[in-house]
Amino acid sequence: MAGIYIHIPFCKQACHYCDFHFSTSLRHKSSVVTAICQEIALQQQYLGNQTINTIYFGGGTPSLLSSEELLQIFSTLHRCFNIAPDAEITLEANPDDLTKAKLQELAASPVNRLSIGIQSFHEEHLRRMNRAHNAQEAYYSVLYAQDAGFTNITTDLIYGIPAPSHELWLADLTKLFSLQVQHVSCYALTIEEKTALGRWTKKGSFKPSEDEFVAEQFEILVAQMQAHGFTQYEISNFCLPGFESKHNSNYWRGVHYLGLGPSAHSFNSHSRQYNVANNAKYLTALTQNQLAFEREELTVVDQANEYLLTSLRTIWGCDLNRLRQFGVDLRVQQKEYLDELLQKEYIRIQDEVLYLTDKGKLLADQITLDLFLEPQAQA
Amino acid sequence: MKNIRNFCIIAHIDHGKSTLADRLLEFTSTVAEREMQDQLLDNMDLERERGITIKSHAIQMNYHYKGEDYVLNLIDTPGHVDFSYEVSRSIAACEGALLIVDSSQGIEAQTISNLYLAIGNDLEIIPVLNKIDLPHSMPEEVSDEIIDLIGCDKSDIIHASGKAGIGIENILNAICDRIPAPKGDPKAPLQALIFDSVFNSYRGIEVYFRIMNGTLKKGDKVKFVNTGKIYNADEIGVLKLNQEPREEMRAGDVGYLISGIKNAKEVKVGDTITTVENPTQESIQGFEEVKPMVFAGIYPVETSEFEELRSAMEKLQLNDASLVWEPESSVALGFGFRCGFLGMLHMEIVQERLEREFDMTVITTVPSVQFKVFSTKGDEITVNAPSDMPEPNYIDRIEEPFIKAQIITKSDYVGAIISLCMDKRGQIKNQNYLTSDRVEMVFEMPLAEIVFDFFDKLKTLSRGYASLDYELIGFRTSHLVKLDIMLNGEKVDALSAIVHRDKAYDWGRRLCEKLKELLPRQMFEIAIQAAIGQKIISRETISAMRKNVLAKCYGGDISRKRKLLEKQKKGKKRMRQVGNVEIPQEAFLAVLKLD
Repeated sequence: MAGIYIHIPFCKQACHYCDFHFSTSLRHKSSVVTAICQEIALQQQYLGNQTINTIYFGGGTPSLLSSEELLQIFSTLHRCFNIAPDAEITLEANPDDLTKAKLQELAASPVNRLSIGIQSFHEEHLRRMNRAHNAQEAYYSVLYAQDAGFTNITTDLIYGIPAPSHELWLADLTKLFSLQVQHVSCYALTIEEKTALGRWTKKGSFKPSEDEFVAEQFEILVAQMQAHGFTQYEISNFCLPGFESKHNSNYWRGVHYLGLGPSAHSFNSHSRQYNVANNAKYLTALTQNQLAFEREELTVVDQANEYLLTSLRTIWGCDLNRLRQFGVDLRVQQKEYLDELLQKEYIRIQDEVLYLTDKGKLLADQITLDLFLEPQAQA
Repeated sequence: MKNIRNFCIIAHIDHGKSTLADRLLEFTSTVAEREMQDQLLDNMDLERERGITIKSHAIQMNYHYKGEDYVLNLIDTPGHVDFSYEVSRSIAACEGALLIVDSSQGIEAQTISNLYLAIGNDLEIIPVLNKIDLPHSMPEEVSDEIIDLIGCDKSDIIHASGKAGIGIENILNAICDRIPAPKGDPKAPLQALIFDSVFNSYRGIEVYFRIMNGTLKKGDKVKFVNTGKIYNADEIGVLKLNQEPREEMRAGDVGYLISGIKNAKEVKVGDTITTVENPTQESIQGFEEVKPMVFAGIYPVETSEFEELRSAMEKLQLNDASLVWEPESSVALGFGFRCGFLGMLHMEIVQERLEREFDMTVITTVPSVQFKVFSTKGDEITVNAPSDMPEPNYIDRIEEPFIKAQIITKSDYVGAIISLCMDKRGQIKNQNYLTSDRVEMVFEMPLAEIVFDFFDKLKTLSRGYASLDYELIGFRTSHLVKLDIMLNGEKVDALSAIVHRDKAYDWGRRLCEKLKELLPRQMFEIAIQAAIGQKIISRETISAMRKNVLAKCYGGDISRKRKLLEKQKKGKKRMRQVGNVEIPQEAFLAVLKLD
């Protein structure tokens, strides 16, 4: 079992909050696709003989790919990897790309799960984030996708956008529930340094919301999702029973994955490697049939810390016995701290699995770093 | 001896002393031009950067004038009030002084006090109007100021520009013509004044001296009168750009002595060198033990680096004898040192040298002065750290050091400066117009008030047009209290301060507010309180952390996120813990910059 991630580093325009790797010039789109196919061939041994059961097109904006380009990638994948017949194949799409015609093409392709970047149904918020679509396009793109036959749809929403009250957030959620999608990812607006919002925040012309405001919206989100039958299987991910993202869940379960395309990351238990986050450098390397990546070997401490970091965010929790295999016994090494967390109801422990409570989820990073092993202890 | 001229330079910071000195060295070919580095005398990096002289130095020039060969010894003086004792010893080693005044700025407070020192030592003063080439120079007004001050003739004042090289020859000629040759008897018992010492890691301490009477030969057994220690004069010589060894030096000469001394503490500026064989009966007058005025704790940022800090302090002390310290410990900061400094600049210099030369980052606590506490039982206790202060019920009264502060400024800023000084518990004693728009003011105020952000404020509100000089005038009774800061009920000893009762409330409130800004939220509420004894005078609350979670954690985010959290954990580890509250270092430093 393994996954493949393909990064499509192109966007029509830059959203003000996004610091992923992309280019707004589409000039090199087809050459990057060719290079990705080249990379697939070069990397066919990376996952050993494991069967591929998830493929994920992320970006950037993968919905900018033409059906020919998509086919080119799929046929290369099939040539080089053993792909399970029931593999989950997700493609991220922006509402403005999802015309009825485009959706017909996608429905005819191997893609069987659509991730639609709605972000908000509120016109003003979409404008402030510099999204390429309006509120109406956002809404109809989901309906059209369903009409085209997609039965596994996820949508992204952003909360914590500065606003006078929680009214807009509630309205966004209500509208979303009316669409009856199977899966939702909700992200608190995060101000990244190298974005427009980051620069404006530094200058003082943009004022991010207070933690309290964002925390309240998170609480509203969790309550609303529960009321509508969604399970929070990871801090930012909610689904109807059986509709977890297999691909993303595998990231949190330590399943191996191969990342293709500029800036994509790969993982094989003992190391992580990341492709150069620069389209031109990526193209140059692959034109010469060479890979352009950096590799980081993971020490046992790194592996334990990554396990803590990812598992605590999920509904499956952090297995204290699994940590013991890394040589960490939290029950012994962090006894006082765990007692404090238990007493304050930030965590619960059941059958030697540690779970964050709803209250604890808001402090996931704090708790994780407190539980982290010291990197110095590596020796 | 008749062709020796020993002189120093009296000037305010920025008035161009170093540049002018460089020109003298060039003109007399003491340095070849290719060896010339700006501000040659300031050979510590720190000095060159800050444009101030921290330690005094000396250099010898040869000059041919009116058919005679002259030896000119320039003894440089430190340009800061913290080092006034060193200045007085340098002056005592000279017969003359160049008074350098920036013709665009006029005389400053410190120049005046150093000038009075020089006049008091009967030095011949040669006034030099510097930076004469600047478009906004005011030679007439500034000349009048100089004439008022030293009563010279207008024609005695030399116009010069170090930068443009104007007047250099006139200055050299005036040194030969006007400054008297040293007096002294080469046959008398040796009497040499130590005016400075420099640490050389290969050769030990180099002692700089001026022979007042007698003769010193290489190999002589010498005795330092005040310390009583005896050494062998392994090498003696004169100070050119490089040292030039000599076999013998006589009354009037300025030079260096190397005798294998390892520790700067053994060499006290102002001490007298004599020979064991034929010792002098009297030491040179004016010797004092330098006493620290300002005290603060210095702690390693990493608690584990205490021993490294100790070794850095020991090395620093090898060439900074005025630095005193002893180990102390703090609940909040762990193990560190209580240090005594000559003044605030000295404290900053020590801190900076620790960072630059020893790569030690340190936390400095609130500076304090030395208080005399009289207990109800009638005994006297010396207190230079808030933690040494007895409980209020044992205290009969507290005395604190007072100073006489002399400030010279433009008349526009008089009002603002008076209110600053009043705010600092100062009393104005005198106000005197030097010219129509330059005023000299004299205040009496507690030293404690100026060790803390006073100088910065003075500079700010006068836009740099104010100079300060001060001297200690004794101890006076004041109503002082110890103010404590508590986090969730636990005292943070490193944030305690001894303050005047009337200011305690304001101080406490501002400190609580500042800490509220600087302490990170934790998973529980934090109460910040300021207290005098048992009485709480101010309180702020930091509510518990509400949210700390990143939105996304997918394939490409995991390693970045792990590293981010590891970095935060490391940052947290560097914090100090009092009770259950973690305190970042900035919080300790911020106390030094309240406002």
